[in-house]
Amino acid sequence: MPTNKSVSKAPITQFVNCRILRDHKLQREDLWVREGRILDPEKLFFDEEGYADQRVDCEGLIIAPGFIDVQINGGYGIDFSQATSNVRGGVALVAKKILEHGVTSFLPTLVTSPPNIYHKVGTTSTPVLSTCPVSHHCCHLEGPFISLEKKGAHPEQYLRSFQSGGMLDLIETYGTLDNVAMVTLAPELPNSEKVVRELAQRGITVSLGHSVANLSQAEEAVQNGASFITHLFNAMLPFHHRDPGIVGLLTSDQVPQDRTVFYGMIADGIHTNSAALRIAHRAHPTGLVLVTDAITAMGLPPGRHTLGQQVIEIQGLHAYVAGTKTLSGSIATMDMCVRHFKQASGCSVEQALEAASLHPAQLLGITRCKGTLDYGADADLVLLDDAINVRATYIAGQEVWRK
Amino acid sequence: MKLIILNDYDQVGEWAAKYIRNKILRFNPGPDRFFILGLPTGGTPLGCYKKLIEFYKKGEISFKYVKTFNMDEYVGIPRDHPESYHSFMWNNLFKHIDIKSENTHILDGNAANLVEECDSFEEEIKAAGGIDLFVGGIGPDGHIAFNEPGSSLLSRTRVKTLAQDTILANARFFDGDLSKVPTMALTVGVATVMDAREVMILITGVHKAFALYKAIEEGVNHMWTVSAFQQHPQTVFVCDEDATLELRVKTVKYFQVQGAEQHTRPGRKGRWRSCATFNLSVSILHSAHSLPNK
Repeated sequence: MPTNKSVSKAPITQFVNCRILRDHKLQREDLWVREGRILDPEKLFFDEEGYADQRVDCEGLIIAPGFIDVQINGGYGIDFSQATSNVRGGVALVAKKILEHGVTSFLPTLVTSPPNIYHKVGTTSTPVLSTCPVSHHCCHLEGPFISLEKKGAHPEQYLRSFQSGGMLDLIETYGTLDNVAMVTLAPELPNSEKVVRELAQRGITVSLGHSVANLSQAEEAVQNGASFITHLFNAMLPFHHRDPGIVGLLTSDQVPQDRTVFYGMIADGIHTNSAALRIAHRAHPTGLVLVTDAITAMGLPPGRHTLGQQVIEIQGLHAYVAGTKTLSGSIATMDMCVRHFKQASGCSVEQALEAASLHPAQLLGITRCKGTLDYGADADLVLLDDAINVRATYIAGQEVWRK
Repeated sequence: MKLIILNDYDQVGEWAAKYIRNKILRFNPGPDRFFILGLPTGGTPLGCYKKLIEFYKKGEISFKYVKTFNMDEYVGIPRDHPESYHSFMWNNLFKHIDIKSENTHILDGNAANLVEECDSFEEEIKAAGGIDLFVGGIGPDGHIAFNEPGSSLLSRTRVKTLAQDTILANARFFDGDLSKVPTMALTVGVATVMDAREVMILITGVHKAFALYKAIEEGVNHMWTVSAFQQHPQTVFVCDEDATLELRVKTVKYFQVQGAEQHTRPGRKGRWRSCATFNLSVSILHSAHSLPNK
């Protein structure tokens, strides 16, 4: 039925027979979408005397905000850290494929690489968060300013330090910071304080990871603007009761009042023991951000594949640096992570879904348009059944994948 | 006046909803013949609204040709404030049924000229042909809508300053902060409701018992404005046991017997006389008025 067209002539879609995630609860409410955004039906009713042009029957499914993956290195044969002839195409392919896992926004992640890779890849990357006016940035640079001892699968020869004083090293290495949403670095590296401050001031999320920092160094970095921990527990000093290290940030009293420290969790059942996952979750439930840290091989059959400048090997659900037992990343999908997180932590469906949508959006400061089903937010949706299996995915109110 | 006494809040809600449903079905509204309904807000009618939504979902009733006029609205709070009466009606009724927005009328507490807003509301009621059934509640001080004690029994839709008691009672909806509670409201007048062809007042709970006593056992008095309806030709009061606690035993027995008698003998106006154990078969109504039998 038509509106009085006082605001817009665009068609209105009403999702009925669904449970939506709003205000941290699953509620039996219809969801209204117009022009790619969530619409306020009360305003529509009273201001515009308008109704839906199209109804979508969700048959009792859950509608959650589309998942956001802030650490994904590639997938389906695509490696974001490789300078191929078609970087944009590669990102687009992964973007399309991960819709099946409910991921509607992500930060292509580049592992430690030589400067020429950053220069080539960085300038051609597609801004995948570009529908959101708050952030037109796009990638996550994990390294090379990280600790030698905690390099994990990163190639040692391309590790760097802030020897020229800080920002100079960054610009020299990365070329440009225009398309950067997040940088992972080790705060114990000398001269890191200036870098952390400068990046945070530019609106770039600073994450601590691949580091041997102690708790005070980590706290100082947070006070300088760091707000994330890259895959908690992995590639950092283990928790010790007299120096909890980076892990101690979860319950640190040195974190400024108005700030939250978020932490990435690879909840694939392999990178973190379930008991450790539970300890982190119970200590700081609102900071938990699910990430896949998925590598090239995600979505591919077992065998050997490239990651950055190294070769890795798939064995079942595990991915190792070829010839070693060092984990080189996961091949779990985001929906698998959400399911595993819920099962391992015993948390509610709402909390599990928020760990993959609301929390990453809060981390990146983009909750005005992503990560929620609030009025005015982008209509990036994932329809799920009660077992958290993805049934359909929508971007800007348009169906882009259906099971 | 009829007084229907039921056991509890839920029964009152169900009875009232069935009464409204049957009135609408019997009226048989159409594109040039709307049923005009006056509606209240608050805790009392919630059960009734829930039941009406159920009937709509079961296909027993449509609101396509129903127009509604609400009794009141706060002055000065945003229309989408969770405590505004617009929000109340949207969340508790309108969004669940097939009523058209242009057929709903709620006073605009943010209008540039409040007096004009009230006058044009009266005009809209007149233009719609007057109200067929006005449903209302009763305050603990016996008020109908915001016609608080001392309101003229001949009053029309107007701006009212709220009584201190009302403001205090409402504070719980505004985070307990008295400064956030609206102090004024737009309300239909007593005479506006009296103009309706039929009136149904819902009263539940022991805290309303004294007001009910004053409304029906004492005289017509502007300190208990609901008492005005003693002079309306077609009014039904629907209440639960708790609300009768201040009435004389004799009054209660009289209406209970009256209700029981009407259930067993045919009424003067046909088969549909109201009674204490109201339970009409909807299919009878459907077939009587050529509606699809679902």
